[in-house]
Amino acid sequence: MSTLAVRRIGGVPLARLRDLALVPAIVAIMIIGYLVNPVFLHWDNLVNVLQQQSEISLLVLAEALVLITGRMDLSLESTFGLAPGVAAWMVLTPGLANGLGWLPGGFSIPLTLAVGVVIGLVNGLLIVKFQLNGFVVTLGMLIVLRGLLTGITGGKTFFNLPDSFLYLGNAVWLGLPASIWICLVLYAAAGVATGYTRFGRSLYAIGGNPDAARAAGIRVDRVLWTVLVIASALAALGGLLLTGRLASVAAAQGNGAIFTVFAAAVIGGVSLNGGRGTIFGAFTGILLLYLIQNVLTLAGVPAQWIGALNGGIILVALILARITSGKAQD
Amino acid sequence: MTAEQSSAIGREDPRPVAAAHTVSKRFGVTAALDEVSLEVRPGEIHALVGRNGAGKSTLVSLLTGLQSPDAGSITFGGADAPSPGDREGWRRRVACVYQRSTVIPALSIAENLFLNRQGRLISWGALRDRATELLRTWEVDVDVRLPAGELSVEQRQLVEIAGALSHGSRFIILDEPTAQLDAQAIDRLFTRMRSLREQGVTFLFISHHLSEVYEVCDTVTVMRDARHIVTAPVSELPKEDLVAAMTGDATGLITPSSGRPAPGAGSALRVTELGLPGHFTGVSFEVRPGEIVGLAGSGGSGKMAVAESIVGLRRAATGSVLIDGSAPRPGSVPAALRAGAGFVPQDRHREGLVPELSLAENVTMTVPERLGSYGFLSPRRRAALGTTAIQDLSIKASGPEQPVSALSGGNQQKVVMARALAGEPRALILMQPTAGVDVRAKETLIGTAEDAARAGAGVLIVSDDLDDLRPCDRVIVLFKGSIVAEHHSGWHDHDLIAAMEGISS
Repeated sequence: MSTLAVRRIGGVPLARLRDLALVPAIVAIMIIGYLVNPVFLHWDNLVNVLQQQSEISLLVLAEALVLITGRMDLSLESTFGLAPGVAAWMVLTPGLANGLGWLPGGFSIPLTLAVGVVIGLVNGLLIVKFQLNGFVVTLGMLIVLRGLLTGITGGKTFFNLPDSFLYLGNAVWLGLPASIWICLVLYAAAGVATGYTRFGRSLYAIGGNPDAARAAGIRVDRVLWTVLVIASALAALGGLLLTGRLASVAAAQGNGAIFTVFAAAVIGGVSLNGGRGTIFGAFTGILLLYLIQNVLTLAGVPAQWIGALNGGIILVALILARITSGKAQD
Repeated sequence: MTAEQSSAIGREDPRPVAAAHTVSKRFGVTAALDEVSLEVRPGEIHALVGRNGAGKSTLVSLLTGLQSPDAGSITFGGADAPSPGDREGWRRRVACVYQRSTVIPALSIAENLFLNRQGRLISWGALRDRATELLRTWEVDVDVRLPAGELSVEQRQLVEIAGALSHGSRFIILDEPTAQLDAQAIDRLFTRMRSLREQGVTFLFISHHLSEVYEVCDTVTVMRDARHIVTAPVSELPKEDLVAAMTGDATGLITPSSGRPAPGAGSALRVTELGLPGHFTGVSFEVRPGEIVGLAGSGGSGKMAVAESIVGLRRAATGSVLIDGSAPRPGSVPAALRAGAGFVPQDRHREGLVPELSLAENVTMTVPERLGSYGFLSPRRRAALGTTAIQDLSIKASGPEQPVSALSGGNQQKVVMARALAGEPRALILMQPTAGVDVRAKETLIGTAEDAARAGAGVLIVSDDLDDLRPCDRVIVLFKGSIVAEHHSGWHDHDLIAAMEGISS
């Protein structure tokens, strides 16, 4: 059967190359950044960039997991604000800001994560159990959750938070901010899980061809529930880190972040149609966006123009990713 | 002949590898299987043949555990079939390679082979080695690291066969495996099947090409109208008898109504040297005004592609189409409609109807210019045209404003037909015009086509259903993309089917 010889692509599996597609871009932006302002490559500046992106990168991680499974979750950005918001509401004593003072401050971290889990369960109930369209469900959830946060804050900001609340956002472990460690460890864990465990691979199978996944004995519904809950919990954790760093929960925390999150995931090679993309790719996507933003700031671009440039950069990055991967994006 | 070897294996273990015992299955009012029995002996290649709708697919879905029989039972090696939820149990006993790909395109071949069996913590090296080893065992030469989406149809089939064997199954159902393969690939597949048979693998082979049955199979089972007709060794069943078993002594319910005038002069539709690589080549024919011409052929014959090229749903690579003397821009449906074509598309659900819109809107969708000028539509005129359609085709509907989704299948198809006729076409092209409708609706639909011919339109009927073709003045038969025969009215079913199956009679 020599007639069945298969065309090989340079000896290296193409999928591998696609994972690394953004690495040259990141190297290039490092060089440009150094030329623009040598401060860019200083250790402190790089740590600063990593810390700034650590919170939103957890949203990207969450969204990447959901996208690989062939769904989307828009509500993550609201969870990012509401989860720490609810915790603050519960532990703060009534006074300057709204607060119930029902629980001692030590509950703030578990409370935040629990709110994330509950939101994930509700999403799962609506999407998996009731078979509602995921896009619309999470759009509705995005609006509801944002409204809840506005309601409990009274449109203002929670501050004077207990120390335990602020710990993760401020602590320094082994010379690096804890949020960077948390972000890196979670990305590494998710990378291993999606690359090397049966559960992780089932996300790709479901996203690529749900019928085939079901036929192979994968419990599709259970996996979807799990992914939605993990994603919401990750979003809650991201919100917790930001709250810790800023020592507050604003009514608008996370507002509009979902667009950056989707952009980062897609630039990083995660398909909106499911079944394609890697966790590492998603990480390079968000890292690239923040590095570019940092270079722009260092170059002295007026703050008013950063928004327009950001949008432009996302489009250029998409075009570049389309060219380097050679495949139509979906 | 290798049949001797297989029967030798058969003597060692007389229990059938897989068997259906008087199974029945109904979907709503239609019986998909009516007390069908089938026994597949170890080590044979067993052909399952029958025309569309004979019940082959339903039987396969019962044998693979995707559906449960209403009555009767399935056994494997004499033992009861696993429970419906036990997918792993079914996979150890039987596997089916479908025409449609069931792999996950973005994942590697190795991962597809061992999907959900990778182990707790995956070692990619070990998984690749296992996959490579598996494919080497069954002599499939592909790189397991490639994404499964890059496999050709032939390779995909071989990989799926190897995957099935790795589950422990030694009984494999091949559902029309040759439909998308070229001649060399078919030869290689047959060689492969014979060598696997030597190794104790049993096949149930579904094909529309009877010549393939004689080439590779040991036993053949014929189904017709949801019933088992005959099972016999291939060597003992001559082709004529096989064709007769497939067709039966079907007397058509539709008798050509008399009194249609002879076709007029000129041409309503002229197709010249039409070609589309992979589908058909050098197709030329003419339909005169008032004439009804049939286009027949088996599944892969390209007959639908020819019809779709005529009406602009596809774009032929070579050749020309003349509708009522003018040549519409190829690949443009509006141009074909303007030139005077009207058509019923193949799949009414996908291309024929907008289900939530009203009957009247669906009927008039192709003729907005008749509802008003400057892009405005008159609801009154639309309702009038809808009412006319209801009367002309005796559509059972509450009125022109009823959404078509609320109509029965036969009445929906009448709406599609009414839409095809709304522009008073000079050339009427009907693709599977009576698919899934009952006998009464069938008569009305075909009667309407005859009326259109009487009124001077040239009608082309493309159908798998011989009854649809009975009113035709001529039937043109396509086989593997070329015209192989033309039968004038009064043809015998046997001759037509023999031509469709590529057997020169």
